[in-house]
Amino acid sequence: MTATAVPVRPLKGREPGPQRFREMSSQVGWGVLAWVVGIAFFLPVLWMGITAFKPESAAQTWPPKFTFSPTLAEFRLVFSGWGPFVTHSVIATAVSTLLVLLLGVPASYALSVHPVKNWRDGLFFFISTKMLPIVAAIGPLYVIALKTHLLDSIWLLIILYTAMNLPLAIWMIRSFMLEVPKELLEAARLDGAGRIREISGVILPIISPGLVSTALICVIFAWNELFLALNLTVTNAATMPMFLISSVPQEGLYLAHLSAAAVVASVPVILVGWIAQRSLVRGLSMGAIK
Amino acid sequence: MAQVKYVSASRVYAKDAPPAVDALDLDIKDGEFMVLVGPSGSGKTTALRMLAGLEPLDGGRVEIGDRDVTFVPPKDRDIAMVFQNYALYPQKTVAENMGFALKMQGVHKDERARRVQEAARLLDLDENLLDRKPKALSGGQRQRVAMGRAIVREPKVFLMDEPLSNLDAKLRVQTRSQIAELQRRLGVTTVYVTHDQVEAMTMGHRVAVLASGQLQQCDTPRHLYDNPVNQFVAGFIGSPAMNLQTVPLAGGGARIAGTTLPLPAAVRSAASRAGLSELVLGIRPEHLHLANGSGELAGEVLLVEELGADALLHVRLKESGSPVVARTEGRKSPAPGQQVTFRVQLDDVFAFHPETGARLAG
Repeated sequence: MTATAVPVRPLKGREPGPQRFREMSSQVGWGVLAWVVGIAFFLPVLWMGITAFKPESAAQTWPPKFTFSPTLAEFRLVFSGWGPFVTHSVIATAVSTLLVLLLGVPASYALSVHPVKNWRDGLFFFISTKMLPIVAAIGPLYVIALKTHLLDSIWLLIILYTAMNLPLAIWMIRSFMLEVPKELLEAARLDGAGRIREISGVILPIISPGLVSTALICVIFAWNELFLALNLTVTNAATMPMFLISSVPQEGLYLAHLSAAAVVASVPVILVGWIAQRSLVRGLSMGAIK
Repeated sequence: MAQVKYVSASRVYAKDAPPAVDALDLDIKDGEFMVLVGPSGSGKTTALRMLAGLEPLDGGRVEIGDRDVTFVPPKDRDIAMVFQNYALYPQKTVAENMGFALKMQGVHKDERARRVQEAARLLDLDENLLDRKPKALSGGQRQRVAMGRAIVREPKVFLMDEPLSNLDAKLRVQTRSQIAELQRRLGVTTVYVTHDQVEAMTMGHRVAVLASGQLQQCDTPRHLYDNPVNQFVAGFIGSPAMNLQTVPLAGGGARIAGTTLPLPAAVRSAASRAGLSELVLGIRPEHLHLANGSGELAGEVLLVEELGADALLHVRLKESGSPVVARTEGRKSPAPGQQVTFRVQLDDVFAFHPETGARLAG
């Protein structure tokens, strides 16, 4: 038995030559670039996370200190004051998102599955409301809120957030509904399902991943909204982004405290996003219904 | 008890376009298996959807069991449809899929389960499949669930829109006979749409051939094959297709392959009445009999397609452009390049008007 070391060659593989080397090095190059960009994006977040655990005195030194004794003092301080803010944010976000879905589903249905007359105009009108900079509308909004006694009320934020997210949601849900095979809806019609049944029993189960991703985007937008809250609320409806602003004192050190507050404010959105991840991927690639 | 009737039913999609279905008149008897067949764009699916109520009529009317259903919504027409892609509800189990229509009708849960199980048995669907979702089923199983969903309703009419086209070839042949057998057993009037003329011939009691929205001919498969009314039906029904060639008329026959092929007297008189100098000659592949040099039509073999039991010869006839196809016995077929002659019997020759395509006879 002689075992000569014959170099194993892949049957159709290319010789490890200059071309293969170029291919590999270009792959490595892209990989490095991806990491660099990724880290560049993540660095501020990481910095925020680290700073949140520093004592205030260690947070503002230059050059930055990497060795410090971590403390939860700033978090304790944040949790002692965030109560009303987080309550307002949760209510405004949850109720407005729910309303968006409640209104968005029938609206999308009327613009896709059984399109109403002039559905194009309707669709364009919805998206056109997003073309106006919100700053331009704040004056009239303020006056309306004042006259209707809704200033500094959580209901005002709920209404505004619903109005703000509804156009986008309608466009999203509509595109998901268009993906539902036409035969399925016809089968439901033949089976005797009415409009309500058609939506609840056939369409909604199929587009549920899409609904989840729509809801997620609404949650993120509502949770992070600052401009309207800042201009139209003071204390009775102030939300988490306003809490962040209020964490900046007139004088003294505040960076660690602000970082802790920012971490606390970001966690819910990150958590919701993480939970919805699977649906999000499915929702954004809905073509897979067969 | 339900016959189906189309009375000059029309459907126009766009104002300037020709109608998708043009004044269709069709009587389907109670318990009959009627196949609508035609190439794509012939209007066969539109005609079916008009009967289902999924497509409004732009003229005429549709009747099911003597009742005018033209303006009746689909769910009240007492019909069940099997879709080409089955259209099973992906989030519902097989049993829920099959029982959905009954649920909508308010049928009690126990009765629903009983009928679903009965249908499953009828279709040889394994009971433990009933709790699965459609995506966990094979293509053949999905097809049967789609059939089951229709059967469970016990409708007056079954509508089937190319229900076999998503199956592989072997399963298609198998399911074809199963559906035909099932329909015979249930005795429910069935309208079946297909583009496959073999399916149409093997399954239908009668076959309606459509082309560009118009009914060409409706008859039993045998009759369609033996007596096509025009060139389209003659070319569409039968596989391989009938050999059709435009040939000049001369001396009481047709000039083809350097010789004069005699024509039946009825054809000759019809041609002279119409004042034709040429006509379209049609001969089915199995009517070209190999004749070992003594036949009238001579030519050279271009290609031999072995089918096992028999073989198809592609032959270029003498002094003629396009090749013809002849069916011969498999084991004795000549080789490519060989010179052959064919004998043709007088009454096996079809003739059609070169412009209108109408059959020339009697």
